[in-house]
Amino acid sequence: MAKLTPPPGPQDHARGKEGASVTLVEYGDFQCPHCGRAFPAVENIIQQMGPGLRFIFRHFPLSEAHPMAKPSAIAAEAAARQGKFWEMHHAIFQNQDLLSPEALFAFAKQLGLDLQQFRNDIQDPALEEKVDNDFVSGVKSGVNGTPSFFINGHKYNGSYDEESLMASLTF
Amino acid sequence: MLTIGTPAPDFTLYSTPGQQHSLQDFQGRNLILAFYPADWSPVCGDQMSLYNEMLQLFRKHNAALLGISVDSKWCHQAYMQSRNLHFPLLADFEPKGAMAKQYGAYDEKEGQCERALYVIDGSGIIRWNFLSPPAVNPGADGILNALEKIQGKK
Repeated sequence: MAKLTPPPGPQDHARGKEGASVTLVEYGDFQCPHCGRAFPAVENIIQQMGPGLRFIFRHFPLSEAHPMAKPSAIAAEAAARQGKFWEMHHAIFQNQDLLSPEALFAFAKQLGLDLQQFRNDIQDPALEEKVDNDFVSGVKSGVNGTPSFFINGHKYNGSYDEESLMASLTF
Repeated sequence: MLTIGTPAPDFTLYSTPGQQHSLQDFQGRNLILAFYPADWSPVCGDQMSLYNEMLQLFRKHNAALLGISVDSKWCHQAYMQSRNLHFPLLADFEPKGAMAKQYGAYDEKEGQCERALYVIDGSGIIRWNFLSPPAVNPGADGILNALEKIQGKK
């Protein structure tokens, strides 16, 4: 049985309180159309469950299939350095059809990021390393495609539509 | 499926029209064999695409990867180009499924390979295997665990 390795920790981007009764972890690829379709479903679930849910996003870019997946992940990490990981995460998924290096800069500008700092950060090898670490942790946890979800540390093998996910989260 | 601890049977098969691969080519390196039912699986992020993203990680464990199906070398060539795959796919085409049968990974009813995994060490000994239901992508956690075990024992 595939188990989340490592468990959620300070390295993760998380929404909702630590100690919430349910933790949902997504391994996602910003250019994967399935992840794009899962995005509004997950957002609705977060709204409905409120403080009962903690949501964590980890990177799993399939770079050979999706050339903008890794640059997008790095852009989200760079935005995180300015406290705007989730804002960038949303901007990317909401404009998934338009992804390009220019678009990532446009998002950064729209979010009011310091562009010079953003430009420096996306070239910092530490950010690529963080994305790669997420990928390896996904492989070790049994991720076999994107999106892959883990509920309280256990791999969820159902469909990623809102109803199915919600049913498994509220059991 | 063949037993862990036994020698892996030899094979020589084409990947593309110009290239053949044998078990001996991989002496001294770990080898991952991934038998799968067919090229052109319609899923985004399917098993071969996933492994394609992991080649560097496999290399860190001194491991090479071969995919095997009953599709022909021409089919493999087109599939590899289309999916941007950077590892060889062996054509177990004539006689059909001969290698898969030797490895106990052939589905006689469907006439295609099972979704089966083997990890073979640098001396040609089978160190791990796994048979997955045909519709389930087994991921790579089992492969990585097996490779880590091999390296840990050195």
